[in-house]
Amino acid sequence: MATVAEDRLFGKSIKRREDPRFITGRGQYVDDVKLPGMTYAAFVRSPHPHAVIKGIDASAARQVPGVIAVYTGEDVKVGGLPCGWMLPDIKVPPRPALASGKVRYVGEPVAIVVAESVYAAKDGAEAVRVDYQPLKATVNPKSAHDKGAPKLFDDIPDNQCFYWTIGDKAATEAAFKSAATVVRQPLVNQRLIPNAMEPRACVASFSPAMGDLTLWVTSQNPHVHRLLMAAFILGIPETKMRVIAPDVGGGFGSKIFVYNEEVVACWASKTLGRPVKWTAERRESFMNDAHGRDHVTEAEMAFDRDGKITGLRVKTHAALGAYLSTFAPLIPSFLYGPLLSGVYKIPVIFCEVWGMLTTTAPVDAYRGAGRPEATYLVERLMDRAADQLGVDPTELRRRNFIPKFTDGTPYQTPVAFAYDSGDYEPALRRALQMAGYDALRKEQELGRKQGRLIGIGVTTYIEACGPAPSAVAGSLGAGAGLWESGQVRVHPTGAVSVYTGSHSHGQGHETTFAQLVADELGIPMEQIDIVHGDTAQIPFGMGTYGSRSACVGGSAIFRSLEKVKEKGRKIAAHLLEAGEQDLVFEKGAWSVKGAPGKSKAWGEVALMAYLAHNIPQGMEPGLEATSFYDPTNFTFPFGAHVAVVEIDPDTGHVKILRYVAVDDVGRVINPMIVDGMVHGGIAQGVGQALWEHGIYGEDGQLVTGSMMDYALPKADQLPMYETDRTVTPSPVNPLGVKGAGETGTIASTPTIVNAVIDALSGQGVTHLDMPLTAEKVWKAAAASRK
Amino acid sequence: MYPAAFEYHAPASVREALGLLGQYKDDAKLLAGGHSLVPMMKLRLAQPKHLIDLKKIPGLSYIKEDGGAIAIGAMTTHWQVESSALLKQKCPVLSETAAVIGDPAVRNLGTIGGSLAHADPAADMPATIIAHGAEFVCEGPKGRRTVKVDDWFLGLMSTAVKEDELLVEVRVPLWAGKTGGAYLKFPHPASRFAVVGAAAVVTLDGAGKCTKAGVGITGAGIKAVRARDVEAGLVGKNLDQATIEAAAAKAAEGVDVQADLQGSVEYKSHLCRVFARRALEAAVKRARG
Repeated sequence: MATVAEDRLFGKSIKRREDPRFITGRGQYVDDVKLPGMTYAAFVRSPHPHAVIKGIDASAARQVPGVIAVYTGEDVKVGGLPCGWMLPDIKVPPRPALASGKVRYVGEPVAIVVAESVYAAKDGAEAVRVDYQPLKATVNPKSAHDKGAPKLFDDIPDNQCFYWTIGDKAATEAAFKSAATVVRQPLVNQRLIPNAMEPRACVASFSPAMGDLTLWVTSQNPHVHRLLMAAFILGIPETKMRVIAPDVGGGFGSKIFVYNEEVVACWASKTLGRPVKWTAERRESFMNDAHGRDHVTEAEMAFDRDGKITGLRVKTHAALGAYLSTFAPLIPSFLYGPLLSGVYKIPVIFCEVWGMLTTTAPVDAYRGAGRPEATYLVERLMDRAADQLGVDPTELRRRNFIPKFTDGTPYQTPVAFAYDSGDYEPALRRALQMAGYDALRKEQELGRKQGRLIGIGVTTYIEACGPAPSAVAGSLGAGAGLWESGQVRVHPTGAVSVYTGSHSHGQGHETTFAQLVADELGIPMEQIDIVHGDTAQIPFGMGTYGSRSACVGGSAIFRSLEKVKEKGRKIAAHLLEAGEQDLVFEKGAWSVKGAPGKSKAWGEVALMAYLAHNIPQGMEPGLEATSFYDPTNFTFPFGAHVAVVEIDPDTGHVKILRYVAVDDVGRVINPMIVDGMVHGGIAQGVGQALWEHGIYGEDGQLVTGSMMDYALPKADQLPMYETDRTVTPSPVNPLGVKGAGETGTIASTPTIVNAVIDALSGQGVTHLDMPLTAEKVWKAAAASRK
Repeated sequence: MYPAAFEYHAPASVREALGLLGQYKDDAKLLAGGHSLVPMMKLRLAQPKHLIDLKKIPGLSYIKEDGGAIAIGAMTTHWQVESSALLKQKCPVLSETAAVIGDPAVRNLGTIGGSLAHADPAADMPATIIAHGAEFVCEGPKGRRTVKVDDWFLGLMSTAVKEDELLVEVRVPLWAGKTGGAYLKFPHPASRFAVVGAAAVVTLDGAGKCTKAGVGITGAGIKAVRARDVEAGLVGKNLDQATIEAAAAKAAEGVDVQADLQGSVEYKSHLCRVFARRALEAAVKRARG
């Protein structure tokens, strides 16, 4: 393996260093943590979507052999779970760690049973009797707004948590009044359930001797977890709490948030003086992990006579669930509205969002988080418009693209965002070329004559990664900064430990970040250790979400690398008795220009930094640096995806024949890892387009609460992806990187839906709501045949 | 995913198993491959007090030719059925059906007897077993008896096996002459069980006329059923496309079609017709060689 920087490793597909331990079952996940005296927790959960708790009888549960304690909401005296993002006039309902007085969704934790074994805990949980007085459920964000809908909280009228707008209402109305064509489409962006491979888990261990608490938890951001839990819930100093997120098996957003279980486990551990472990069963994940999407929208786009967009108007009812999850208000507001301009020049936009409480699991960030909802809406409207205007959908997109801007001057949209750089046409051109678009259209025409239903779908999308900067986020309601820390510690041998606030739960940081270090310091990757996921080791960190690790976390590390290199250069110059300006750094050593014999290797310099026998006067010994990098803006990846599908008219089954993705994520550190992210992202987006749907019945029961009913995409349902990239470096960060974790998910959903609707366009179908299940497609095809 | 407490028994013979069954009656459940029962126990939907594991009983796992039929031991795994050279040669549809059950992990542990005794309404094998006209050999305290497949599936997860009996063998008759068969299904996008599955077996005479036909439908209703009206539309006829289509059009008749998330009654009835037709087309093509 080429791990020595003979050449730069930036841009090389180095195999992931973490994979051997994962694929040989040697990963260390939260559930692998074993402590002396461990106890095990099980939660009693509400079987009702909405009910008054009239009484809880735990006497039988306490008699179950092995049960140590049963606690209810009356016992657990901790602060409620906080919401970390405020919007103007938002109403934040209290969210107790265990339900108190009322339950508001199926699966809400009502009591905890702590026992000597998992089995005893489960038996105990089954023996707890809860007397409920059921109330009516309300599961749809639109109908939850209706007069007469059951109210979740007495003091929140109409179940409305917030009303939020962005854009210019009057100007948008004027644009619609003078429009030559208006395209209208109601859209449902259905509820999704995340399903990381590793279910959530925690081990809380309070030390009565030291008076401190250690929490191992499946977290994407252990420092945020510690801050929220120490300051807002448990009321202890951060110094008395250590949060460790070891190997974590996927997150997709669902592990950003603070959940009931870890809070109650911490309290129980402190109360009992023994460690408490809880690992979710898959059905608990379905019920209690924060869900994604769930928008009901009416959207309209106005066009002039030339097919140029003159305005966009959006009204969305967004489900927030029964309580506000940690970042819930942010997702359907600032991560949604500002994306509505897409890659298009749209003079005016007005978007209204009603944030609605429903008797369902809370809704929060799920891969893409707001951006997929916006992109789906815009890209469906573009296809509807192309159909209505009689223009090829690729032509309509081209006509409305924001022209190339790569000179560092951002493009200001009418909805707050200033895009960092973009050049949209080449990505579309490349995708169409790879797909053979013109030939495909001919094939489609020919197929139609033979009764085949072939569809071609195109999406040109934008994505916003690495939310920033902190000051702006603060002014918009953030309860956290959006920077990242990166500490580089050079050891006396020259080996390097990097402490990053980013967290890897599938992203491959141990490889990608090491590539950056190897390049800058000229040392082999084997001498570089990437440390993450432990608040006791890492200065601070905001964690991993919003495709920010490379652009924000990577940049923080890069800054620190520059600093240690700068100090190393000074030491080398001193040792070589040369001026700093006369030194060159190559292959891990400084040498004097024109005197190739005179050089000092990185390891020699590092050793001297620690021996301190001969370093420049006044210089402190040691060689390490810490940086807190706060970007000046988001980065804005973009791209073009093309899908070809064929519908079986007999069954409505959609087969994906081809999938072409051309993404521009700026400069790419490790192409293989980025390809993997794109592949997985496409699969997840296809899942939403065709199969996935978190369904609550009108009675409030979760109908799709298991892998038997909730259809995640499987390998044999997906084609071989054809991928490529264009490269428009981001001017925002020193690495020129953008973000690749969510692009596939954002782009593929509308691409597939556009393709299916295109296949049915000969039948006069203009829209179907997701997921495009076989029956739905069959009915649409059959109805139009009549 | 932690079952309630139960007592585990591992009898070494059928006789011993029957003794335990007689002793614990309704409190006992028989464990074969465990791929239906164990998940139900882990969800605590099933909480048997006694689990009688049949794995340690020798002589219940085999595939052999026996008097014009293939005899398959009840504890034979789906993988063994899928990979059997004898079945591939003499009764390939059975192997092909086994090959689309679950995933490799399920097929390596799940058994043909367990599946047919559990009688999940969306299981694959029942359709194929019905189409072939198999027989079930049950052993009870009074010895063995044989049950015809048409008498086997009684209702939702309910079969003709009596509470003091054990299913020990499945006998699949070998069809003579120019015979072909097929099993095709529309898989549930999540579970891969059959939303609708159809198996068809046909025998043609020298003139190409159908002398015998078997069609089984699974998935759509509360139990797998024989599509008698379809069969009636085939026997004695030359199986041209029009005949196949006319016969398959009756595939949903007699099926107690259930609506669920995967389809309305209308859609699932339609799928019965589509998959019966497709299975027949494939079967006829094979019979013609």
